[in-house]
Parts: sequence; structure tokens; C-alpha cells
Amino acid sequence: MIVAEQKSLEELKSLIGESEKVLVVGCGTCVTVCFAGGSREAAIMSSSLRMASKLNGDEKQITDVTVQRQCEWEYLDQIAEQVADVDVVLSLGCGIGVQAIAEHFPNTWVVPGLNTTFLGLPSEQGVWEERCAACGDCVLGLTGGICPIARCSKSLLNGPCGGSEAGHCEIDPEVDCAWQLIYDRLNSMGKLNVLLDLQPPKNWSTSRDGGPRKIVREDLRLAEEEE
Amino acid sequence: MTTSKSDNGYLSGSNLERMLRAGHFAATGELGPPQSADGEEIRKKAALLKGFVDAVNITDNQTAIVRMSSIGAGTIVVQEGLEPVIQMTCRDRNRLAIQSDLLGAYALGMRNLLCLTGDHQTFGNHPNAKNVFDMDSVQLVKAVSDMRDEGIFECGDAFKGLEPRFFVGAAAAPFADPIDFRPYRLAKKVNAGADFIQTQLVYDVPAFAEYMEKVRGLGLHEQTYILAGVGPLKSPGMARYMKKNVPGILVPDEIIDQMTAAGAPWADKKKDELTKDDKRARSKAWKEAGINICIELINQLREIKGVAGVHIMAIEWEEAVKPITEGAGLYPRPTVMEEQPA
Repeated sequence: MIVAEQKSLEELKSLIGESEKVLVVGCGTCVTVCFAGGSREAAIMSSSLRMASKLNGDEKQITDVTVQRQCEWEYLDQIAEQVADVDVVLSLGCGIGVQAIAEHFPNTWVVPGLNTTFLGLPSEQGVWEERCAACGDCVLGLTGGICPIARCSKSLLNGPCGGSEAGHCEIDPEVDCAWQLIYDRLNSMGKLNVLLDLQPPKNWSTSRDGGPRKIVREDLRLAEEEE
Repeated sequence: MTTSKSDNGYLSGSNLERMLRAGHFAATGELGPPQSADGEEIRKKAALLKGFVDAVNITDNQTAIVRMSSIGAGTIVVQEGLEPVIQMTCRDRNRLAIQSDLLGAYALGMRNLLCLTGDHQTFGNHPNAKNVFDMDSVQLVKAVSDMRDEGIFECGDAFKGLEPRFFVGAAAAPFADPIDFRPYRLAKKVNAGADFIQTQLVYDVPAFAEYMEKVRGLGLHEQTYILAGVGPLKSPGMARYMKKNVPGILVPDEIIDQMTAAGAPWADKKKDELTKDDKRARSKAWKEAGINICIELINQLREIKGVAGVHIMAIEWEEAVKPITEGAGLYPRPTVMEEQPA
């Protein structure tokens, strides 16, 4: 899932600026699961901002609403009236949600309430870790299901650098060395020989380096037209 | 060794390559460029190393701190009559920049290249920088070997003129984790085309001998030249710091004890009782011990089968290279003429 965390109240206040009427929009999908931008967080956020504006002596009208998914037009249609009524929308969706609102409501000013952080999972209660870099050309079949692109600090493809120590990455003792994990897993499965092959330089054109990406599925488009 | 296309039988014809192929025990040094545009700094350091080593590594923004470029500093080193080993990390450049810079380096007279992954930028003075890591060090070794041996760019396009013919090196970290994989990681670099290897600092000779046994078991010592990394310690504190904080460096307690013993005459004095002269004298005693330990390490390392030379890392203490090479019987350096090797 997409993992995000809230921006500081200070930054949010500055993003809202002089706007009088603010709509905080939560999202019911990924950011709900990571406790950053669901209906609960949207309610708390609007209440905090109301309190802050009151303390600041310029009490703003701040309300909140949460849609099932900010990244789909049909859910955004449901809040069109509320959006039209405010000076600014503070989206608690991921970066996709913010942009979907901007695209769907061309006359509305929208600002982000979250920093979209990574694609990952909750490794334990209250802890989320990055797992995928969305590089567009999955290498997990070569590395025992552990991604060196997302999880090695240097995205190495041919094994650990000299900075691997006792299972940790040189950049931080709290960060696992992805190549130690890969090595251990392949070792336990009797597949270490996989690591002896030279992996050629990666084709990054399928990643962000190739420019903004787009998938067109003609089969699905045709099906849509037939409806 | 890798097949060669050059007329003289050498891959690159560098002094370092000629020295190794002639069977001499090689000595390389290290020169850290300044955090300034002052070429005079390079000339001063080059003067301290010239004649004592066969070639000198010029670091590439080591520890991710911005310094004069390896190729820029290397050009000055060439002018000073010393042979550089250009270091190239994958951290700061993509495959276009790396290849382009290497064409320039070759045109400027550089013949040795050390391919490195590079320290992560979070260690340095620009921790907010974007890193590159388009290629890794193994892929870089393959790319520059292919430039020389296949006459092609990384993309596969053929050179339309002179191709750069580097003596291609790579690093090895014998004691980094996962330690069982390290000989195989070296094998990957050798299979990718590494002509020579320079290792991380070795202080624990028995542990290194064990590593070399595995390396020999894979036959790697017959396919590449392995230069063991050594470096003089400046103080017991430096030894303890490296043991504790630097991944992949083992410092045995005996060596820390030897360093501590060198400072024994001042050990009873409290920190604030030490005069400037005391501190100077203690530092001198420590440094002498550090140099002697380094000489002893070289003597032990050259007895290990498959060790073709030493890489002496005395960064910001280039003066130490002279007494080390003299003490280890590595001075004067042999000369090898540019004739065809046997």
C-alpha cells in the first residue's frame, strides 16, 4: 500500500494561509490503513486547525469529509458541492489524491496535508517499511523475493557493498542490509548460485527515469466503449 | 589474464600493470584531493609519494565530501611524473557521465581505473543530495573492460575511434558481511574483468589469510592481481574507532595494545597535565609505532600466496609512505621498461 505521514501543523497553517473556508478531505483507502489520512485523522485535523485558527484570532470555517478513494473520479463527484463552497481543500490523500482533486476541480485550490512516503507495509503495529520502488521491471525473481532496488540504499544488483555489517546497512544501524536478507534467504533455500550471475545494468527507462509513465489497456478501453 | 588487443601485449601499458606482470611486488599509494581548487596541494602530496609507489589512487569525493575531482587532480599528478589510479564511484554519475569522463581521463593520460560503488551521500557534507547508482561497481568493471576489449560503449555501440584502454581495478572488502559471500563477490568482479584488486584495510592477518585461502580455492589469484590494503595508525584512539565504527575493518586487540604501549610514558599524566610538548612527543611515538606496525603487516601479507602487492592508504599523512616503503624493503621501486611482456 501507499504509506504517508502528516505534515506538521505549522506547515499546514502556512499552506492554508489566509483562506477562510477550508475543507479537509480524507481518503478511505491506503492512508486510512496507515493512520495518516482516514476519516478519523481528517476529523482530528480539522479540529486542530479550527483550534489553531481560533488561538490565532482569525477563526476559520474548517470542515471535513472523507471519500472512499480520492484517486477515482466517481468518488470525487460525491463531494463536488462541498468542494465548490470552500477557498481551499486540504487533501489528506496521498500525492495521487491531491492531484486527482486538482484535476477534477480545476477552479479549486488544493494543498497536501500529507507527505507521501513510500510503497510498503506495516511490519509490526505502528511501524511501516518500504518494500517497492515501482521500477516497472520487477527483479524479485532474481533476489528471493526481497527487493534490492527499494531496500538497498544504493540499489545494487550484484550483491552487498562493503558497508554491510552484522545485518545492517552502513547508513543506519536501524536499516537492514537488503543484501544480507537476500543472501540469508537464498542460502536457506539452497539457491545461492543465483547470486553468482552477473546482473547487467538495469533498464531504468521503465522507472521514473523514462519520464511519466502510463499504461493503456486497449482490451479494457474497448470493453468500456461497448457499455 | 584477460586477452589483450594492444600491440605491446599489455592491456593498458600502465606502470602498475607492467610492474605486476613483471612479477614485482607492487606498492600503490593514495592521494586525497583537497576541498579546494588548489592544485598546489596535489603537487605537494605527489612529491611525497613519487618514487615510493608504482601508482597512486586519487579518491573520488571520498566519504561523500566534495573535493577536487579525481580526474582533475589525476591530471596534475601525471604532470608531476607520478602515475594515478583514477577512482570512479557509481554514486555521483550515471552511465553517460561515467563513460564521458573516462574518455576524457584517458585522453589526459590516465591509464589505471578503480571502479567503486561509493560511500552513501548521507555520510558526507551534502546529505540532501540525490544519488545516482545507475550502475553498480561490478557493472562498471564490465563496462570499462568491454570498452577496452570489445571496443564498445555500455550501450553496445562500437567506438568510432580510439577506445580507452584502462588497467581496470576493483575493491574488495574481505571482512564485510555476509562474510561467506565475500570471496564470491570478488569472483564476480574478476569475472566482470577486474585486472587488479585493492582490498579494504587489513590489520588482522590471520583472518585475511583465511579469506585468501578461499580466494585461491576459486582460482581468483591467478586471474587478477590482489593488492592488500594497509594503513598506518596514528593513535590508539584511531585503532579503536576503526574497530568499533568502520564496517569491514578488523583491528586485533594486540595491535591496539601495541599502539597504547607506545604512549606509555605519558599514560600516567592526566589530560590537563599534558603539555604541548608532551602531546607532540606522544603523537610522534604513536606515529612511529603505527609505521612499524604497518611495515610488519606488509612483511606478513607478502608471505600470503596470491598477494601481489600492497595498497598503502596514508590519507592526510602522505609523509608516512616513505618510511613504510623503506622499512618494508619496497624502496627503491623497480623499473620496468615498456617492452613486450613474456
